[in-house]
Amino acid sequence: MRVVDVFPDLLGTYGDGGNAVVLAQRLRWRGMGAEVVRAPSGSPVPASADIYCLGGGEDGPQAQAAAALAEDGSLARAVAGGAVVLAVCAGFQIVGATFAGADGRPRAGVGLIDVASRRGTGRRAVGEILVEAPEMGGLLTGYENHGGVTELGPGVAPLGRVLAGVGNGTGGATEGAVAGRVVATYLHGPVLARNPALADHLLEMVVGPLPALADPDVEELRSERLAALGRGWRRRQRTASGGAGEGRRHGGRGVPLAPRRGDHLEAR
Amino acid sequence: MRHLPARSAVAAPLGLAVAAASRRLGRGSGSVIGGRVTLALDPGALRQLAGGHALGLVSGTNGKTTTTRLLASALATAGPVVSNQTGSNLPAGLVAALAQAPAGAAGALEVDEAWLGHVVEEVSPVAVALLNLSRDQLDRVSEVRSLGARWRAAVAGRPRLRVVANCDDPIVAWAASAASQVTWVAAGQAWRLDAGGCPACEARIRFEGEDWSCPSCGLARPRPEAWLEGESLALAGGGRIGFRLGLPGRFNRANAAMAAVLAAAMGVELDKALEAMATVGDVEGRYQVLTLAGPRPLRARLLLAKNPAGWSELLDLVSPPPAPVVLAINARVADGRDPSWLWDVPFERLAGRPAVATGERRRDLAVRLRYADVCHQVVEDLVEAVRRAGAEGTSAGSPDDGGASATVDVIANYTAFQDLRAALLARGAR
Ligand SMILES: [Zn+2]
Repeated sequence: MRVVDVFPDLLGTYGDGGNAVVLAQRLRWRGMGAEVVRAPSGSPVPASADIYCLGGGEDGPQAQAAAALAEDGSLARAVAGGAVVLAVCAGFQIVGATFAGADGRPRAGVGLIDVASRRGTGRRAVGEILVEAPEMGGLLTGYENHGGVTELGPGVAPLGRVLAGVGNGTGGATEGAVAGRVVATYLHGPVLARNPALADHLLEMVVGPLPALADPDVEELRSERLAALGRGWRRRQRTASGGAGEGRRHGGRGVPLAPRRGDHLEAR
Repeated sequence: MRHLPARSAVAAPLGLAVAAASRRLGRGSGSVIGGRVTLALDPGALRQLAGGHALGLVSGTNGKTTTTRLLASALATAGPVVSNQTGSNLPAGLVAALAQAPAGAAGALEVDEAWLGHVVEEVSPVAVALLNLSRDQLDRVSEVRSLGARWRAAVAGRPRLRVVANCDDPIVAWAASAASQVTWVAAGQAWRLDAGGCPACEARIRFEGEDWSCPSCGLARPRPEAWLEGESLALAGGGRIGFRLGLPGRFNRANAAMAAVLAAAMGVELDKALEAMATVGDVEGRYQVLTLAGPRPLRARLLLAKNPAGWSELLDLVSPPPAPVVLAINARVADGRDPSWLWDVPFERLAGRPAVATGERRRDLAVRLRYADVCHQVVEDLVEAVRRAGAEGTSAGSPDDGGASATVDVIANYTAFQDLRAALLARGAR
């Protein structure tokens, strides 16, 4: 398995390199070989790899990265050939059709999936985010930090539904995008560190079913993050629905905030 | 007291009175609140209070508190010195320090990176040291590159200002090159992830050994006039000055080089400046070794790092395996609320050392350590974390003196450092 960290010098602002580390380690811990290739800008993007990770970046570097990827062409060819892509934050916007440049005007993305990003009109979305993503192992916990909003085209499904935080920001509480073998999200930085089920989902797209992995450190982290968010979230729900505890009983809103089966990874 | 215009003459003493009241109420040193009151009463207070002082400013992402401390010790060889030694590096902190300055004192002032332009404008310093710029506090959206542009504007158009700048950091070099008078010092910048793109034209910078250059616009590493060579500071003019420091690490020797050249720009001879710095053993508790008494005395060396570049430097400094290490992480507002940066820190270098994770975000750290293949335990209580590491040290190697366990290196980020030091002192550590 080869995992490419695409342009860590341009798209690595939020510890994004961690995602490639997580993917490779989770395979190694299961006795399989895995290699992380850091591919800085200015050199060709490796053509044959199994998973490509794109991270977050500032406006200038984001535009540079998009232009370089379009010119290089390797990423689009690899995806056509069946490679998996994890695109985070600025990377999410880059894999779409358009995004806003530093001047606010639209720039061409790489066009791997049918999404369009623009500058939001409200406040920048900064803070903890919680997403319900049944297809991706349950609850996704993360941190978001973006000013852009992203509209999904007809053939693109959201990654999940926002329970707390902003996500795509276009109404409808959608977060991220999934189309074919491209998975994109605003849960920035090392999103896979907090969400091993999502990491395993990406790995399984390449190697097929994997045995479960005991992971007590990450279980404790998830419990803590869900509890920390749950306190504020429940409070907001109560305020919104006008009665104590009311929000939790609303259909679909009553998502358990304590880790549940599926959050836990069974001991081997 | 110096003669101040009427408004500042009233405002500054009132600020001092508030500071004293704040101290009596047990709310810290009170310096910042006093400065805030002064500034609220008289927005021109900083400019007024700075008058009559020859000031040297120090700014940068990492090392500014230490460099300011070293500069203060150098300037003290020539006369009284005013300095904001508590790290209160915003205008209110500067006002608080200057309000208590002896007449004519020279100044060693630490200034927040984002406030440098304003402060230069207000205080008209003799010289400014620009140390480095790298990512810090991810939730604040202060882009490294835009800070560089602000620095550039801050030093431009000031023919009398002497800038002492680190030529190893491309963003600093680009910013400083706008100044009329620059002395370049090779102070190092191992952290290159924020300087991959040319700050002038965005092309990719080429690094070759210690040299760097932009193939597109020609921006390149300026030739330094001072650099570190073995145990000495070497000078382009041909001289070499050997010096010793009480502070550990090559990056502190680089801080000393910057401070010495800045002191020289303020009239203190280089060798005298460097000699004076040897007496600095800790800076606001950083690098301090505290001992917890007991049947097995426990020694802890306290190290502070706030961002990936700072952590990277300290990971090179800690004792080699199998010595244990304590790592303490918080994510309060002062630290930055987003701990994603933990994944930019090369914790893999700790392999072979038993690690203890503590602080409010110890669980994020534990996951990071797990993926870095570093053996670790997670301990909530800060002092207990140090004790656990001490016990690991004792079992890992023989105690090095009379039953005391080996010194435990403790690396913490900003508020975790304050908490941990306070907790150790509260349990009687000295
Ligand atoms: Zn250039």
